[in-house]
Amino acid sequence: MIEDAADKLALARETGSPEASSAGPRPRAPAPSRWRRWRDSDLVYSFLRSKLVVLAAIVTVLLVGAAFLAPVIAPHNPYDLKSLSLLDSNLPPMWEQGGEASYPLGTDDQGRDILSTILYGTRASILIGIASVLVAVAIGVSAGLCAGYVGGRMDAFIMRIADVQLTFPAILTALLIDGVAIAIFKNYDLDAAKFTILVIAIGLSFWVQYARTVRGVTLVERNKEYVQAARLIGIGSFKIMFQHILPNVLSPVLVIATINLALAIITEATLSFLGVGLPATEPSLGTMIQIGNRYLFSGSWWMVAFPGLTLAVLALAVNLLGDWLRDALNPKLR
Amino acid sequence: MLAFAIRRLFEAAIVMLTVALLAFVLFRFVGDPVNQMVGQDTSIEDRLRLREELGLNDPVPVQFARFLAGAARFDFGISYQMKQPVTAIIAERAPATIELALTAALFAVSLGIPMGVYTGIHRDSWLSKVFLTVSLIGVSLPTFLIGIFLIYVFAVKLGVLPSFGRGEVVRLGFWNTGLLTASGLKALILPAITLGLFQMTLVTRLVRAEMLEVLRTDYIKFARARGLTQGAINFGHALKNTLVPVITVIGLQLGAVIAFAIITETVFQWPGMGLMFIQAVQNADIPVMAAYLLLVAFLFVLINFLVDLIYVRVDPRIRIYGRGAHD
Repeated sequence: MIEDAADKLALARETGSPEASSAGPRPRAPAPSRWRRWRDSDLVYSFLRSKLVVLAAIVTVLLVGAAFLAPVIAPHNPYDLKSLSLLDSNLPPMWEQGGEASYPLGTDDQGRDILSTILYGTRASILIGIASVLVAVAIGVSAGLCAGYVGGRMDAFIMRIADVQLTFPAILTALLIDGVAIAIFKNYDLDAAKFTILVIAIGLSFWVQYARTVRGVTLVERNKEYVQAARLIGIGSFKIMFQHILPNVLSPVLVIATINLALAIITEATLSFLGVGLPATEPSLGTMIQIGNRYLFSGSWWMVAFPGLTLAVLALAVNLLGDWLRDALNPKLR
Repeated sequence: MLAFAIRRLFEAAIVMLTVALLAFVLFRFVGDPVNQMVGQDTSIEDRLRLREELGLNDPVPVQFARFLAGAARFDFGISYQMKQPVTAIIAERAPATIELALTAALFAVSLGIPMGVYTGIHRDSWLSKVFLTVSLIGVSLPTFLIGIFLIYVFAVKLGVLPSFGRGEVVRLGFWNTGLLTASGLKALILPAITLGLFQMTLVTRLVRAEMLEVLRTDYIKFARARGLTQGAINFGHALKNTLVPVITVIGLQLGAVIAFAIITETVFQWPGMGLMFIQAVQNADIPVMAAYLLLVAFLFVLINFLVDLIYVRVDPRIRIYGRGAHD
């Protein structure tokens, strides 16, 4: 709530001045190369200044890289059911008594290699996170542009919906959409559609923030001269909205998207943990934790600990990056 | 003030109607209610008779009106899964969730405010840094991971606290309370910490930010110049003025506590409304889902309404907004 207000304040300042600062006289010296300019920019400076942020970036890149290389680097394929053997189930990590070197982090109740499953699961988590943020951005930005540019009844209608949805926490909305989808598709092959259902459920529960931000910026941009000029020469509303105004509202959207990515990953993990997310045959990190949680009392701590740790580190690293981006793009804090 | 309240009440009614419409559409059109209620071997005549009895052949607006009338009397029909009236299930489950949520809120406030005050006054001490790091972790980690971690440490390894259920409950009229038995209190500790941790970090950060702001103002400088003790300044003057936004945020967060209770209740198998809802989602038990949706919406709207009213009482500047001067 408080952060929201601060964001808005920062936005108002940000949108006030970008044109003014870039309109100054050009330097006489030969223009520095692209790489030079990029390296000397404020963004890179503030990035390198904070060791924590650099660490978070390295961790994120490593995790994402490992996740997407999963088919190459994972020692086993957890989706391949015929390679599993129940005789290998519940093995502890290799350094514990009874562990095997071919299963470095142990196995789960089906005999799946935990390390490989984590790699594949992280890939699923990140993919769902990114896809659902994209869905949220697409819906939120379109709604915000329409509300801000068209105004009037359209504005009132869209913002009323946003208000109603904002009274519920996002996780509840996502759960509800998920639940309805389960009820509708009860008689079909649910597991296959789970990915899409999750993306839509999470995406639909996070669009409001984008819509509100974009609407606010659009209200300011709408009255600027370039928009009036475009309207004067007869360019259609649709083109003005998506070709002229859209580029000018993207920077706050980018910031919210980064912060939301961590939230989306956590939401997916939570839904999977609650048993309404990805199925056990194609586990995400949340599903793995849910499965491992059942074996916590029998002492098989590795089934929960490693996926849990991966999820925590992933969420923390993406969160730190998002916070940094928000601060770095916020001129008030420079 | 009265005009503002009426306006807000009107808006709240619209929100509730929207949610009710949503719940009705869910109830009526997602899956066939008759098929859900009867078994495989029910004859077609019986099905048609049931359809007529339930009023499913009436025009849709009439059905919606009947649904609204039922909801107003807390009558949400019969659960597909448990074959009991939804109201009875909720009445049985509600005390567990309410006790958990209130204990969690109490935990968050009673730890969050002192931590916030301390980190606000001693900005650079190492203890402040520890508090802030802990709060960062509390914000970033998913609730269920924290719960599992607590279970592993305190229930599996140390074996001092129970990991599931409510312990022994005592029946006081219609209210099942776990607060009066030792096992009930013990069972409450871990879930309450899990649920309250996020709110606690929020309160800490909020109080800290407000304290930093207030401590810079002139009246605090003046209080120092008058020679008041640090304690009187920090608690009598500074903290008092930070509490208005804190109370508001806590009020609004009560809703979030109810939502996150779903997760906490699942981790600890706490027999509350959250667990009921998640089981309803898994089994596509639409009447329970619809009832929970309406109930939570009602709670949220009520809390928002009360917070708005408190705001107007506290901050006179908002009254102008209330007269419709915006847009």
